Amino acid sequence: MTALEALEVVLRSVAVLAAFLVLPLLVGQTEHKVMAHMQGRLGPMYAGGFHGWAQLVADGVKFVQKEDITPAAADKGVFRFAPAVALIPYLVAMAVIPLSPDVVAADAPASAVLVLAVTAVGILGTLMAGWASANKYSLLGAMRAAAQLLSYELPLVLSVASVCLAAGSLSLSGIAAAWSPWWLLWQLPGAVVFLVAAVAELQRPPFDMPVADSEIVFGAYTEYTGLRFAFFLLSEYAGIVVMSLLFAVLYLGGWQGPFSDQLGWVWTMLKGFVIAVVVIWLRVSWPRLREDQLQRLAWLVLVPLALAQLALTGVWVVASA
Amino acid sequence: MSPYVVVAAVVVVGLLLFVAAMGARLLLAPSAPTRAKLTTYESGVDPVGQDWAQTQIRYFVYAFLYVIFAVDAVYLFPWALVLRSADLGAASLVEIAVFIGVLLVGLVHAARRGLLRWL
Repeated sequence: MTALEALEVVLRSVAVLAAFLVLPLLVGQTEHKVMAHMQGRLGPMYAGGFHGWAQLVADGVKFVQKEDITPAAADKGVFRFAPAVALIPYLVAMAVIPLSPDVVAADAPASAVLVLAVTAVGILGTLMAGWASANKYSLLGAMRAAAQLLSYELPLVLSVASVCLAAGSLSLSGIAAAWSPWWLLWQLPGAVVFLVAAVAELQRPPFDMPVADSEIVFGAYTEYTGLRFAFFLLSEYAGIVVMSLLFAVLYLGGWQGPFSDQLGWVWTMLKGFVIAVVVIWLRVSWPRLREDQLQRLAWLVLVPLALAQLALTGVWVVASA
Repeated sequence: MSPYVVVAAVVVVGLLLFVAAMGARLLLAPSAPTRAKLTTYESGVDPVGQDWAQTQIRYFVYAFLYVIFAVDAVYLFPWALVLRSADLGAASLVEIAVFIGVLLVGLVHAARRGLLRWL
């Protein structure tokens, strides 16, 4: 590897890091304001002056200055490393999601499979946190998270497989390039399954039983304080960014739109932002599901629906080939 | 240059971010541990019992089903690349239909036996 190539690798990974540190904060601030206005409140108004734009920056500064507590009973090494395991997979996922054919940090040939694989690793962070805390609430939360993420991983993978079939490609760039508006109808069941399963994977309301505050305090994250706790929160919002952009690339054609030669990346970001607002909207509108309802929904509705979509896609592709 | 070099570099950058953030915390955050602060949180009362306890693991059936279906899903991705070829397309479609059909019968069986009820 020459020095120039090494420089390119460094620049690309630093660009991913910058996106990773900015986009989740944008989604977080949007959530503050959108939720507030949907509930007839104003949300943060002071930090930074203009409509509280710097609220999350202020939160971050506060988190760094908080005391970091590792409980005496905890498995200390695992407990301390768990936030990194939860966070880094979303950073890697962000590296392979294309904003346009040119704006992508790592255009991996099997990026669709890679994204699914790395986001599944993030779940280990939650499990490690819950197990290592040596706290009953944490353990229950981790168990719930494990059961939920197992069940919803499946419809997610199956619906992405359907899109891969439709495009005949395992690369996210290839899928977005093969997209046509007809997919909005053809892949609609898969898109709905993907969105529901993605919200469940992120443990966002109405699928937030693993962190249900009225039942088990804050689930696997109960014992965490300060910056390590903030890292878990950051990974949730980074997860929203990843899943929204993924939805935009898989089901909404990514960069396709007017002037896509110059403004392609803007289209991907706009479509992803709309999906992120939908995810926030779901939180405001729906009550939390019960644990048993959650499992029924996954296995008896989403998995059959995803398989039906897979059959439809396969038959259509063969029939029209 | 392989794109996976960038992926590996991003993993390293992620680890560096974690280390740097923890370094900043070491410099900025106070540290004053007391015994009460380090006990396990149990809604304000002293923790009862140990962290080892008997419990009913409810989700092992889901875990089995997940493993079965996840292995199945692994085969779907390579299939996506051959579905359009003239000699393999229709035949592979029938084969995958049989393959998934068998799993689906298993899922219906599990549902009818009541294994997909949480309680």
